Amino acid sequence: MFENVLGKKKYIPLTPSSKADPSALSGNQKTCPVCIRLKSGQQSFAAERVCPACKYHFPMSAWERIDHLTDPQSFEELDKDLVSINILDFPGYDEKLKAAAKNSGLKEAIICGKAMIGGYQTILAVMDSSFMMGSMGSVVGEKVCRAAEKAMELRIPLIIITASGGARMQEGMISLMQMAKTSAVLKKFHQSGLLYISILTNPTTGGVSASFASLADIIIAEPGALVGFTGPRVIAQTMGQKLPAGFQCSEFLLEHGQADLIAERSELKHILQCILKLYQGGSHA
Amino acid sequence: MLKKYFDYENNYEKLQDKIKELKKLSEQLDYNLDGEIEKLERQMENIRHSKYRNLSPWEKVLLSRHPERPVVREYIDFLLDDFIEFHGDRLYGDDKAVIAGVGSFEGHALTVLAHQKGKGTNEKIAHHFGMPHPEGYRKVERLLLQSEKFKRPVLNLIDTPGAFPGVGAEERGQASSIARVLMTLSDLKVPVISIVTGEGGSGGALALGVCDRLFMLANSVFSVISAEACASIIFKETEKTQEMAAALKLTAQDLFELGIADGIIPEPVGGAHLDFDATALNIAECIRKNLQELTTVDMNRLLTERYNKIRSIGQYTESISNF
Repeated sequence: MFENVLGKKKYIPLTPSSKADPSALSGNQKTCPVCIRLKSGQQSFAAERVCPACKYHFPMSAWERIDHLTDPQSFEELDKDLVSINILDFPGYDEKLKAAAKNSGLKEAIICGKAMIGGYQTILAVMDSSFMMGSMGSVVGEKVCRAAEKAMELRIPLIIITASGGARMQEGMISLMQMAKTSAVLKKFHQSGLLYISILTNPTTGGVSASFASLADIIIAEPGALVGFTGPRVIAQTMGQKLPAGFQCSEFLLEHGQADLIAERSELKHILQCILKLYQGGSHA
Repeated sequence: MLKKYFDYENNYEKLQDKIKELKKLSEQLDYNLDGEIEKLERQMENIRHSKYRNLSPWEKVLLSRHPERPVVREYIDFLLDDFIEFHGDRLYGDDKAVIAGVGSFEGHALTVLAHQKGKGTNEKIAHHFGMPHPEGYRKVERLLLQSEKFKRPVLNLIDTPGAFPGVGAEERGQASSIARVLMTLSDLKVPVISIVTGEGGSGGALALGVCDRLFMLANSVFSVISAEACASIIFKETEKTQEMAAALKLTAQDLFELGIADGIIPEPVGGAHLDFDATALNIAECIRKNLQELTTVDMNRLLTERYNKIRSIGQYTESISNF
């Protein structure tokens, strides 16, 4: 009887991004689960997790992204021992944290560190949606702030790769306030004259999109990523609205003026390198 | 099914009618029942008081959304003289979910930015139930910068289920419009007071909640997600809504204890809608006191304190984890 209290309509058809099972892409996979075509370029499929046929960008873990973008052996992790606590004694949160740590092999939904990209010194923060959907609680908020502060201290640019469903509800208002906290630190960051680049990956929604992800000097999106404030399912359900094709994907974002550019994974490092060069290392002040 | 109104609210009304009948009867029959009636009335008040002192978090959520609960426009009209509403974001349109304007509070010019839910179906639809579009947040940003230019303190009144969930809102940059307001408020060079008058729903509410001092009416709530949505996400069922309302720690009292709210503004027994004037006077007292304090603080100190307060929110451990 409680099945339809909220007046839920049938779930809307999902974009390929959610249809494709990330775990389906194992090393031995012969076909792309999105386009069902045979993969031809084994190398590019494995290293960048992009289907050579349909260009579908599969989820990438934070460590894979770090390996992919940074100069070899240049990454030095910062604040790696920051872990979440169950501040509100929220039912089931402790178990969820344990399970997330076990399944993802991570301590939290973001990894921050100092890294060289194409010979330029940067602070790089990378979110990972395999840890509780990349949700932002105290730790994610704090690590983003510390990353920005470290970049200010060293006077080097800040690059954040986002992947998040939004604020972590198990931390209640404290998680919501991380939006204010990261935005406040970024205000100082911008005043200090340093460069901040955000790279939006699938998915970037809710509290993360409405705070630090949107406050960069340059906003780059990965092709086909779901990016928005309210998720498409909620919009479809609440408004009873049929959603336009490609709604909230990176291309939609670009068309509506919400992102500077879309960069395929294969060209991302080169683009970052060019920007860092043009912006004189990102510390022109 | 979850009720929108309290059962006991109706019961009190019924009891009150019965007492009235009794009064009438005693007049008609010329039989003195004054003593009994008075006793009954006292008893009823006692029950009411003890009930309202012990409202559950979910009951507070319902009270914060009560259809009769005063909306921000009523408070604005009561609190400010010569209030002039300003419209538009100068980019796309005017958002009726946000009231923005300037008025005089006891002789001091204030910028007021508020979520307007509206009362009654037509008004609610016209105001989008208090759920702002990006235009609303850009109107807010525009007037915040104007306040800074004219060194005019800002009063934010929060009462919204959240930012508007719609295609147009996403097309026009809902996320970045909220983010920009958060960033602007964090360093705005005038005193900012925010008051949650009803429902504080998620990021759409937080955009008006970055401030020097955050107050909450005693029966207002402020939450990262609605209890219903939380229950439906975590348990895939809405039966757990009441439990989630408690777990989210969303009441004024919880948030005061957590250090998110700086103070609680008392409401009359039974809620703001039962005595609007008393509630509005309590709000006025709060604004008067805090405005006086904040306007005398040196601007650098004000900004540093605001920043430090926001920067310090969050709890975690830094030791090597056990799992």
